[in-house]
Amino acid sequence: MSFKHLIGTLALGAAIAFPAMAENDPAVETRQGQFKLFIHNFGVMGAMAQGRIDYDAEMAQTAADNLFHVTRHDQSRLWPEGTDSMSIDGTRARPAIWDNLDDFAAKFGALQDATEALQGAAGDGLEAMQAAFGRTAGACQACHEVYREEAS
Amino acid sequence: MHRFLLGFAALGIIAAGTAWALSAPRPLDEAQITDLQGDPQAGRTIFLAAGCSSCHRAPARDSDPLILSGGRSFASDFGTFHAPNISTHPDHGIGNWSQAEFINAVMRGISPQGAHYYPAFPYTSYIRAEPQDIADLYAYMMTLPSDATPSLPHDLDFPFTIRRTLGLWKTLFLRDDWAVTGPLTPQEERGRYLAEALAHCGECHTPRNLLGGLTRAEWHRGAPNPSGTGRIPAIAGPGFDWTEFDVSAYLSSGLTPEFDVVGGTMADVVGNLRQLDKADLDAIAAYILRAAREGD
Repeated sequence: MSFKHLIGTLALGAAIAFPAMAENDPAVETRQGQFKLFIHNFGVMGAMAQGRIDYDAEMAQTAADNLFHVTRHDQSRLWPEGTDSMSIDGTRARPAIWDNLDDFAAKFGALQDATEALQGAAGDGLEAMQAAFGRTAGACQACHEVYREEAS
Repeated sequence: MHRFLLGFAALGIIAAGTAWALSAPRPLDEAQITDLQGDPQAGRTIFLAAGCSSCHRAPARDSDPLILSGGRSFASDFGTFHAPNISTHPDHGIGNWSQAEFINAVMRGISPQGAHYYPAFPYTSYIRAEPQDIADLYAYMMTLPSDATPSLPHDLDFPFTIRRTLGLWKTLFLRDDWAVTGPLTPQEERGRYLAEALAHCGECHTPRNLLGGLTRAEWHRGAPNPSGTGRIPAIAGPGFDWTEFDVSAYLSSGLTPEFDVVGGTMADVVGNLRQLDKADLDAIAAYILRAAREGD
């Protein structure tokens, strides 16, 4: 079952089952938690890439391994319909996500590809890590540019 | 009674005449701009710092930043603005413009036909630029590709549709002095020039009054997003705790100190500024920190 299909099916189910609960939808908190986990690991390598802390191959590799795995967390129950920024408070997920699920899934796939490359390069020295880190940052940005609302 | 009416009519004519005079376009002094020789290489830096392509490239996220076909839309309290084609196309762009026409457009908001531009176009910042830099910008932009996309008309509410009223708006809000004053280091001065005259940070990060003028007392203190939900964040004031390193790193990488990744309209800004020299980004950062301390 495709990413998009899964999201669509579960979105419909959630919308029917919990129309009034959208505001406190646990899916929103969980997906925000997942992004915190992304950043928790991404940030270690970012700090090294920017020279805020010294490069440490082992620490970078651990962070990259984590990021590889957390970006593979199944997304199917995290994006129910009606949890966009126009429908509820407390999210920056634009409605455009649900209008363009194929593209959204493709961009998430690009992030997964980038974190795989980062996992392969993180322990190979600062420069190798920086290049792969930059590609990962680009994958984050590609989605944020289109699908994330300004902070409130 | 008859005399009263006459007097009233006379007052009305004087008021209308004054409004007409106040709303007249006021271009730069010819002698100041006609003899300038533009350097396209230097103009590229101005182009990047001033962020021209952020608004004037095609709407698609991945459009070519050097093809200034226009078409991006900007919702506001006054209606929706559509950025025009400013490519070198002779009919649909600015390919036929003289250097003087270009400089008056950028630095005074006046079209070659003598009409006022809306301040969605930040000539309100560019007015502080050095005319030589804008001559360089002209030279550079004349090297960019031509594109035949017709510009879209703005979609505004009455009375904002009457361009002449913008002359009065300019009388009230178009000013060429710096927002951040007082003793500055040379680096802060360079940063102020880049930020206040070119990059126009304050146009989004400073709140506006009901007429759309910037509230200088709250410089960089954050503002509602004019084109959607959410807010343009404060880059000054008590809640802003970034260091110069943080600001410079953000402008070159798009990464916040917490390693969140830039998105939204700021992604375009970073896309341009990251191509500047690091010394210039450090200068902007020094200025931002200097501005952040204003009013403390």
